[in-house]
Amino acid sequence: MTAETIGTYAVAIFLLIGSAFVLIGVIGLLKFSDPMTRLHAPTKVGTIGIGMLLMASMVHSFVAGEGSLHELLIMAFLFVTAPISANFIAKVNIHQAVSDAPPRPPRDDTWATLNSPDSDDEDLENRGQA
Amino acid sequence: MTASELMDIALIIAFVALALGQILSMLRLLLGPTPGDRILALDTMVINALGLVLVLGIHQGVQIYFEVSLLIAMLGFVSTVALARFLLRGDIIE
Repeated sequence: MTAETIGTYAVAIFLLIGSAFVLIGVIGLLKFSDPMTRLHAPTKVGTIGIGMLLMASMVHSFVAGEGSLHELLIMAFLFVTAPISANFIAKVNIHQAVSDAPPRPPRDDTWATLNSPDSDDEDLENRGQA
Repeated sequence: MTASELMDIALIIAFVALALGQILSMLRLLLGPTPGDRILALDTMVINALGLVLVLGIHQGVQIYFEVSLLIAMLGFVSTVALARFLLRGDIIE
């Protein structure tokens, strides 16, 4: 068994794992019942699903002869941005009150996204006086 | 089963899974019911499109699809944040 054969098997297995995770994540997006719960499922598509497809693409380029590690850039970008966009969507859900209110945080009065700091109010008052 | 046969079958399965994922998230986009769900469905569709472009690149053995998928990833993130921000603040850049 040559290295090329092993590489081709690896590409096939990476492709299968990736597509399975994509399918599972999207089924979760469709079938869960609550907006906040639905937020949880597609993160699998973004990280493991696409990560495995990128891995397959990388191994395939090495098997084909012209190796490239460019795909690591996309992987890093996706891993950095996926939590940020999920956080923004969760904020939208909290502000539009479409799901159950989150439980109170242990120490502070309210969650940061619902809290307007006191200094903002003071600034507004000062601006009104000026 | 030889390695290249398995690879062909895996490519077909990946194409079918990604296309099915695209259809199912489009269904969530239509059903809603909340704006957050619609943004999430659009985000998932962008990521699925990225995966489709990647698998197409493996299928054709061409390197050029890397740039396409990087651009899709960046535009998808920016558009998701812009949509969420518009719903949160009523404006994108204040």
